[in-house]
Amino acid sequence: MEKTFENLTITNHGIDRRGFLKGVGATGALLLTANWSWSQEQEKKYGGEGMSGGIKNDPKLFIAISQDGTVYITCTRSEMGQGIRTSLALVVADEMEADWKKCRVVQAEGDEEKYGNQNTDGSRSMRHWYEPMRQCGAVARAMLEQAASFGWGVDPEDVRATKHSVVFPRGRRRAGFGELAEAVARLPVPSGAAIRLKRPNEFRYIGKEQTLSADGEDIVSGKATYGADIRSVGMVYAVVARPPVFGSKAESYDEVDALKVKGVLKVMEIEGATAPSEFKPIGGIAVVAENTWAAMKGRDALKIKWSESPNDSYDSKVYRKSLEEASTKSGKVIRSEGDLDEAFASARKKHAATYYLPHIAHAPMEPPVATAVLKDDFLEVWAPTQAPQAARTHAAERAGLPLEKTRVNVTLLGGGFGRKSKADFINEAVEVAKAFPGKAARVQWTREDDLRHDYLHTVSAEYLEASLDSRGKVTGWLHRSVAPTITSIFAPDQRNQAAFESNMGHGNVPFAVPNLRIENPGIDAHTRIGWFRSVSNIPHAFAAQSFVSEMAEEAGKDHLKFYLDLLGEDREIDPRDMNDGWNHGEDPETYTVDTARLGKVIETAAKEAGWGKRSRKGRGLGLAVHYSFVSYVAAVLDVEVKKDGSLVIHKATMAIDCGPQINPDRIRSQMEGSCLMGIALATTGEISFENGTPVQSNFHDYQVPRIPLAPKEIAVHLVDPGKEVELGGVGEPGVPPIAPALCNAIHAATGKRIRSLPIGDQLA
Amino acid sequence: MRTIRLNGEEHRLDAPDDMPLLWAIRDILGLTGTKFGCGMGLCGACTMHMDGQPIRSCVTPISAAEGREITTIEAISKDSVGEKVQQAWVKVGVPQCGYCQCGQVMSATALLSRNSSPKDSEIDEAMSGNICRCGTYNRIRKAIHTASADLKGGA
Repeated sequence: MEKTFENLTITNHGIDRRGFLKGVGATGALLLTANWSWSQEQEKKYGGEGMSGGIKNDPKLFIAISQDGTVYITCTRSEMGQGIRTSLALVVADEMEADWKKCRVVQAEGDEEKYGNQNTDGSRSMRHWYEPMRQCGAVARAMLEQAASFGWGVDPEDVRATKHSVVFPRGRRRAGFGELAEAVARLPVPSGAAIRLKRPNEFRYIGKEQTLSADGEDIVSGKATYGADIRSVGMVYAVVARPPVFGSKAESYDEVDALKVKGVLKVMEIEGATAPSEFKPIGGIAVVAENTWAAMKGRDALKIKWSESPNDSYDSKVYRKSLEEASTKSGKVIRSEGDLDEAFASARKKHAATYYLPHIAHAPMEPPVATAVLKDDFLEVWAPTQAPQAARTHAAERAGLPLEKTRVNVTLLGGGFGRKSKADFINEAVEVAKAFPGKAARVQWTREDDLRHDYLHTVSAEYLEASLDSRGKVTGWLHRSVAPTITSIFAPDQRNQAAFESNMGHGNVPFAVPNLRIENPGIDAHTRIGWFRSVSNIPHAFAAQSFVSEMAEEAGKDHLKFYLDLLGEDREIDPRDMNDGWNHGEDPETYTVDTARLGKVIETAAKEAGWGKRSRKGRGLGLAVHYSFVSYVAAVLDVEVKKDGSLVIHKATMAIDCGPQINPDRIRSQMEGSCLMGIALATTGEISFENGTPVQSNFHDYQVPRIPLAPKEIAVHLVDPGKEVELGGVGEPGVPPIAPALCNAIHAATGKRIRSLPIGDQLA
Repeated sequence: MRTIRLNGEEHRLDAPDDMPLLWAIRDILGLTGTKFGCGMGLCGACTMHMDGQPIRSCVTPISAAEGREITTIEAISKDSVGEKVQQAWVKVGVPQCGYCQCGQVMSATALLSRNSSPKDSEIDEAMSGNICRCGTYNRIRKAIHTASADLKGGA
C-alpha cells in the first residue's frame, strides 16, 4: 500500500502515518494520560529496566483504537525475521481480548525516551517486553469494560470484554471496541493494582499453535517495505567506494570518468573514522546518481589512491599462527577453581586439543541500505536498523541537528544477525542527504561492500586440556580462548574479551569439575569486530562441546552419559559463583544456570533422535548442548558422509527450554533458522584476509547453504521446564550447538575429528 | 526511450542497454517487490519471469527483455499457480525476514507450473538458486508440497 507523505512516497508496513494520526486522533482513540508504571525500585537494575531507556508500559504509547474497531498496536522492536512484530502484538491483543484479524501493527520510530529500549539484540525482546505488553493489554481491557459499564449504567463487575466486544450477559448487551473508542478515551487510567492479568487458561493467542503473521501476506506479495523500498520523486542513489583496508583513507581521487557516466550527478568524499571507529563510517568516495545502476558504473570508473594502513599486513594465515601460539601460553585468568596443576600432575590420562574458527560475515540477504532526507532543518531517515536510537543519535550528530529534529523510521530488516546494529551505513546516507538538501538520498551497499566492510564475527583459537581419573571422570579442565574482542571497536588497546564475551560459554561452564581454569590470552584486532548472532558462544561452544566428545572417547564412554556425568547433580548455579557478574544483564537471583534443565534438553534431543541406535557405515549421530541467552538448547544431528566427502544431513533434532513459550511456531522457526546458520558457519563460513583485505566478495566464494544442504527434516522439541521460571531468549541460543553437533556426527560417521572450521573440503 | 512489457502492461522508460532489469524496474518504474541480493545472479532474490521462465533480473540487461513478457511478484497472484504458492507460503509460515521470499515464490511458481507434483529432490534442484539466509528451506519444501496439493485439489 503506497501513500504519499509530503513529497515522499512511503510504504509504512501497510499503514499511512498521517492517516493513522488523523483517523485515530479525530475519532477518539484510546489515549491514556497517567504516568503509569509497575516497575519497582531496585538497587541494581536488571533485565529491561537495566537497558538504556528502560521499560515503558503506558498503554497510550502502544495501543490505539479507531471507531471502525481497528486496534493499532505499536511495535518498538525491530523485525528481522524473528517474528517480534507479530509475537508482541499477539500478547497485547490476547490480554485486551482483541481479535487478531482486526489488529494492525504500527512500527515505532527510534525514540527510547518515549518508548523505552529499542535495541533489538541479545535475544531479549520477548523476555523484556512480555510482561509490559501484557500489562498494556490488560489495562486497555479493563478500560473498555469500564467504558461499556458506565454507558449502560451497570456494575463493571458484571461486564466482560470478549472477542473485540464488551458484553453484559444478563442484559444481553454488546458493544464493539470501535463503539467504545471515544468513551474509553475520556476515562481516567485505573491504578496498577486494579488490573487483572489473564489466567493462562484464558489465553487465546499466547502459547498457542499458530502461523499468524503481521507481515506474511505483504512479504509474499512484494508489498512489505524493506530498507531499499522507500521511494520519493527526484530521489538520488549513491554507492560508496570504501577503503580496501580498515584504517586506510582516500589520499586522492580522479572523478572525471565517473562523472561521464550518464546519470551520475556528483562524486563526493565521505569522511571516515579510524580505529576505534565505533559505528562511524570508514569513509570513502560516494558516487551519487539518478539510479543505482548509474551510481555503480560511476564507482567502477573512479580512480582512487588509498593511503597506507596499520592493517595492510593483516593476513589470516599469519594471524592464525599468532592465535594458536598465544593459546599455548597462560593469559588473563577469567575463572579458577581448585588446583589444576595438581590435577594435571596426578592425572591417569590427559588430553588436549586446539580448535580454530575463522571470521564469518553476517551476509543478511538485504545488504546495508539507508535513505535520508534533510529538509528545512529536519532530518528524516528510513533504515533497516536493529538500533533505532543509536541510529538517531548518529544521524543527528552527522547532520548537526538536535535529536528532536531527527526522525529515524524503522523499516523491515531483510535479515540483521547483528550487522544492522551498526549505524555506519546510516551515517553515509545522512552525508549524501546533506549534499542534496530537500531530496531523499539512498546509499545502497552491494554484496561486495557487505562482505568486505562487515563488522565481522571474531576469529579464534581455543585450547582445551583435561584430565581423567582411573574411573574416567574429569578431574581438571583448562580452556583458553584467544580472539580479538568487540570492545576493540570502542576503545584503543583492547586485547582481552569483555565479560559479555567470556560469559558466553567460556567462563560460565556449568561443569562439576573440581579443578578448573579459564584463561584468555590477549590479541590485537586488525579489522572491525562485531556481534554475530550468538556471538562468542560460537567458538566457545564449538570447542567445549567438541572437546567433551573427544574426552568421552578418551574415557571410553558414551558421549551422552559422559556429558551428564560432567554436568553433575541437578543444581541451580548462581552465575556469580562462576565469576559471571554479567549474566546477560539478568538478575542472578532469578536467572540461575539450572543443570537439570540442561540435562533435560539433551536427554530429550537424544531420545527423540534415537541416540544409541546403530548407524550404517558412513553415517552417525552427533550431539551438543549449550546454555546461552538464558535458554537451554540441545541438538543431535544425523549425518552421512558420502565417499566424495559431501555431507547429507538426514535429520536435525533440537530441543529448547526457553522458559514460557509465547509463540511456539516462531520458536520453532528460530530453531530451524539457527540450525541452518550453524550449518553455514560449520561447512563453508569463512572470511579470510590477505594484504589487509577480505579475500571473499560474493556468494560464489562466501558460500552459505542452499536448499540441498538443509536437513531432510528438522524436528524441534519445545521442552517444558516443569517449574516456574523466567523467560529465556530464542533468536540466538539455537546457533551454538549446531556446529559441534555436526562435527561430532562426522566423527561418529568417519572417525575424523574436525578441529578447524569451516569443514570446507576436509572430508574430500 | 524503450518499451518493455511488464505485468501485462507496456511501460516506456529511458535506460541504457546494459542496465539490469532489476534496477530499471525498481528505480525507474518503481516496483520494489523484486529484491537486490548479490548483483551476480547467485542468490535468486531478484527472480522474475521472462515469458514464464525464471530469470535473475540483476544480470539480465533490459535490452534482452524487448519483445518479451516480464512478470514480477506484484502480478504473480494473477497466475493461478502463483496465487496458490503465495497462500501456501503464508499458511506454512515460511517467511522469517522475508527479503528473499519474493524470489523464492517466483522460483516455486515456475517449478509448479511445469511440474505440479515435485519430489523433494526436484524441489531441491529447482530451488537451489535461491538463497535464504534465515534458513527457511524446510518450510519452503513443505509449502511447495502444500501448494501442489492445493492445486490438485482445485481448492
